[in-house]
Amino acid sequence: MVAIAEKFVRPRSRFGSILDRPKILGPLFVSPAILYVLALVGAPFCLALYYSVSAYTIYSQSYKFVGLANFVQIFGSDIFRTTLVNTFIFTFGSQILGLVLGKFGALLLLKPFPGRKIVRALIVLPWAVPVALATVAWEWMFDSLYSVINWTFIALGVIDRSDAPNWLGNPHLAMLCVMVVNAWRFFPFAIVIFLAGITAVPQDVIDAATVDGAGFWRRNYQIIVPIIAPIVVVGLIFGTVFTFTDLSIVYLLTNGGPVNATSVLGFEGFQVGIVSGDVAHGAAISLVMLPVLFVLVVVMLRFIRRREI
Amino acid sequence: MAAVQATDIVKQFEGVAAVNGISLAIPDGEFMVLLGPSGCGKTTFLRIICGLEKQTGGDIVIGGNVVNELPPRARGVAMMFQSYGLYPHYTVRKNIGFPLRTQRVASAEIKKKVGWAAELLGITHLLDRRPRQLSGGERQRVALARALVREPTVLLLDEPLSNLDAKLRASARNEIKAFQQRVGTTTIYVTHDQVEAMGMGDRIAVIDHGQIRQVGTPTAIYDDPADRFVATFVGTPPMNLVNWNGGHLGFRPENFLPKEMVESGDVTDFSFRVDRSEYLGSERIVYGTLEGLESATEITAKLPPAHVAFENIRPGEYHPYAVRNATLCYFDKDGKRANRH
Repeated sequence: MVAIAEKFVRPRSRFGSILDRPKILGPLFVSPAILYVLALVGAPFCLALYYSVSAYTIYSQSYKFVGLANFVQIFGSDIFRTTLVNTFIFTFGSQILGLVLGKFGALLLLKPFPGRKIVRALIVLPWAVPVALATVAWEWMFDSLYSVINWTFIALGVIDRSDAPNWLGNPHLAMLCVMVVNAWRFFPFAIVIFLAGITAVPQDVIDAATVDGAGFWRRNYQIIVPIIAPIVVVGLIFGTVFTFTDLSIVYLLTNGGPVNATSVLGFEGFQVGIVSGDVAHGAAISLVMLPVLFVLVVVMLRFIRRREI
Repeated sequence: MAAVQATDIVKQFEGVAAVNGISLAIPDGEFMVLLGPSGCGKTTFLRIICGLEKQTGGDIVIGGNVVNELPPRARGVAMMFQSYGLYPHYTVRKNIGFPLRTQRVASAEIKKKVGWAAELLGITHLLDRRPRQLSGGERQRVALARALVREPTVLLLDEPLSNLDAKLRASARNEIKAFQQRVGTTTIYVTHDQVEAMGMGDRIAVIDHGQIRQVGTPTAIYDDPADRFVATFVGTPPMNLVNWNGGHLGFRPENFLPKEMVESGDVTDFSFRVDRSEYLGSERIVYGTLEGLESATEITAKLPPAHVAFENIRPGEYHPYAVRNATLCYFDKDGKRANRH
């Protein structure tokens, strides 16, 4: 009898056969990322949870459980309540400003003009420049003596030298300044989001709106913006989360001042927990961000699902 | 309702002429079809009439007014797009009402008009749905309702049936045609599909390379083509062309029949060598070559299957075939129609 086919013999290597199993190889490849997140996000988060219900300070390292006492105390503090309100103003103010700038920037960059490619490349600079460098530059522009903004307004005759605004010294103007700097950093991202969205709207739909008698504004705000709203909201989720938790611009530009007028949650948590060493209260302040952001993100995600087209 | 007149329309895109001197007069209430291959400039021409593109040269006159400088909304035209261009975030009701809302029509009036347009197209039950919940045919009706709701003077249709499947396309064709006859709006319909053009158009303008090759009724276009392009573009299979005195002699496949099937009289005889044949149910297409004559393409004959004897189509043999002289077309060396010589 003639053998038609020989039986397939698996090569005998124990190591090889283990790696051949998808059930082992898959998790093996994913594990570094999971470990990374667990070590650098998960562990500090659990630690913060624990600190927030303890009496831990760097001077008295007591892990004594105090329940929600830290939270009760921070919510009783005027500074914390100001900070919470500031954080909302800072976040939404700079997001709205950034979105408006992004929308108009995108519209400008959609029109062909000489040098458009260079402008498109340069426009991402605010986003790419290290925040410390950019903020120091802005600090000089807002400086009480050397402000180039005031200098320009005085030169144009818009304001008088005697009543030139003290940008970072006035509580309201200081808040405006940190919002402007944040919006300036955010708007290239908004432009990219809007550009991606607008170019994805079918030309037939825009043409149909034009023939149906819609002018520039109606076409933009009744047709294009509603269609790209889900994409914009995804960008807004990113922007909101990053801005709500941000402390760098406030820390570098105003240091929370004048008199806590620009203090935000991230900054306040850093001041109390790290600078002053009251780790327990610092952790509690920072953890307040969690439920707030959770609710915001859920609301926005629900909006996206409802608007899906 | 209005007549449309285009004079010497030219459109250059970065030095390339997409439309190269089109002049066309469309009387009030006519169903005019612009027929041509892809990229021939027919859609660009339609967009110029509508105002979405600005012509490089020439005039567009709608209802007696030169509209060159007017934006689309001031021209009183409505357009239906290839992929319909429905607003995905609006319900059907708001989609149809949109052209009225931009004209600041009172909401009671909008409601009445939307109801009228929906009734007309039989989509009243769809008014609260969104475009993504509609089938292709339903979307097409919504787009048509939206185009008609403000009673345009001219209706422009850009390949409106190309997104429908074959069966739906046939019924939609009849619907649009019947509908146009009912409302009597001047209609310009762009297509590359000759069946749509022949079946729907009061007149057809055949366009190629940005120029009109012929304007005429479907009968004139088919039986009396002005040049070789029209002759071979319209008709399936296209007109047979054989080299003849430096030009071409053309005859339609259905006029090319076995000699015994042609009435005796004024006919031209050919010796037809059959290569193969296709039976398509209602017709039989026979492919082959002609003895002693050169042709650019294969010669085809379209025969009624019931009346053809097998001896006349046996492959590999020469058979006597003939064409009635009245149906022959002559084209000179430039491809233009010429008298017999």
